[in-house]
Amino acid sequence: MRNMKKTDIITRRKALAVSASALGALLLPGCSKSSPPTYGSLLRMGDALTYTAQRTLLPGQSLAKEYSFADISSFPATGTINPADSSKEYYSEEYERLKSGLFANWRLSVEGSVTNAGQYSLRDLQRFAARTQITRHTCEEGWTAIGEWTGVPLSSVLEHAGILPGARFINFYSYDGWEDSIDMLDAFHPQTILAYGMNGKALSVPHGAPVRLRVEKQIGYKSMKYLQRIVVTDEFVDPGDTGWAWYVGI
Amino acid sequence: MVTLSFLLLAFSGFEILMVHPRLYWGEVGNELTPALLELPISRNHQRDTWEESKAFFATDGSPVSAARTFDELMFNQNGWGRSLHFLAAWLLIVPGVIYLLIGVFSGHFRNHIWPKRRELTPASVWRDVKDHLRMQMAPATGGPDYGLLQKLAYMMVIFVALPLAVVTGLTMSPAITAAYPFLLKMFGGYQSARTIHFFTSLTLELFLFMHLAMIIKTGFTQQIRYMTLGK
Repeated sequence: MRNMKKTDIITRRKALAVSASALGALLLPGCSKSSPPTYGSLLRMGDALTYTAQRTLLPGQSLAKEYSFADISSFPATGTINPADSSKEYYSEEYERLKSGLFANWRLSVEGSVTNAGQYSLRDLQRFAARTQITRHTCEEGWTAIGEWTGVPLSSVLEHAGILPGARFINFYSYDGWEDSIDMLDAFHPQTILAYGMNGKALSVPHGAPVRLRVEKQIGYKSMKYLQRIVVTDEFVDPGDTGWAWYVGI
Repeated sequence: MVTLSFLLLAFSGFEILMVHPRLYWGEVGNELTPALLELPISRNHQRDTWEESKAFFATDGSPVSAARTFDELMFNQNGWGRSLHFLAAWLLIVPGVIYLLIGVFSGHFRNHIWPKRRELTPASVWRDVKDHLRMQMAPATGGPDYGLLQKLAYMMVIFVALPLAVVTGLTMSPAITAAYPFLLKMFGGYQSARTIHFFTSLTLELFLFMHLAMIIKTGFTQQIRYMTLGK
């Protein structure tokens, strides 16, 4: 929390940049790769409208509600619950090996539009000033749970890696094969953290060990578990239409 | 447009509810916490395959974590369900706001929807209630003047139910409540807003059925002509 001031200023600048480009996207439809494609689908066009509207109308800086310790609730682990389970489609041999070594050999790769691409161990991440937040996880299914998350603000890691001014999207890749991305406003939001702790303990495997993303202003599925690699890009990396909205601030 | 949007909202809303057919009160609600109401509308309310739960803290009654092991068996069509719901919501909001503005400035609300003082005497209220109970409604006249109970029903829909559905819907958006946290306070939390959203939608659907029933009762063909062609 100590270097919050600095983060604040940068985030504000990014917020302005993103708002401006969101407006640009509104004026110039067909402007390619600066925002997710709609694949000619009415549903994706609706998603794009919601994204543009929220980015244009909502203040970029506001924090999601934080709760007290007593509010911490029971928390289902859903989706991938163990990438080391060889009976599952999402099985990762590498993850199984890392897990059996208690993640001592785990490295988070940060690459792309940065001056110092690098590999961060769990200990490296823990050396950054930590942020702890008690927030509500809101699943697209309709359930909610409150947990305490401890981790390093994504902005600290991105700045450490020397993120370049042309950067527009942060892409995440997980051990369970999942990939997704967020824009700069969410990436530099103070509550967007790479969490290694949950409810005062090391993050457990069902909840995404060793490190998961927390994006508190979007629906739960953006908070990816089992992080492996972060790639900073100047353009939108198109994973194809997954059938799910890319932006889920609603 | 609004009718199409309403039908799409009801349809996608039902799909979304099927994915998690449990309602709660407060901020938190999930399969590991007790439900206020459980609706038997999809196989998802059978929650029997979980890994053993683990307590987060060493205290009695500590919240727990449990891993769900039946994800492949779950009903979940929220990929299109949610996107369709929000697309349809845009189709309700944009014409809805225009309708409200026209209603206020044209005097439509004041002249035709808001009951007149002379209509609100106990005798005239009682007369309208009695007529409805005897199923004796005035025949189609092609728009205003509306009956008293009809006006009250329209008022509830226009000024209470539809706005409440929209605002409780927005209270379920993490980005919007980050900007406007009073929404969560106003409804007592995310899950309370979700529960109110459900009952409000149910009320609106009941209104739609009643409205349809009345139209049929008072002459379907004539009423539809009045509503669409205005003659």
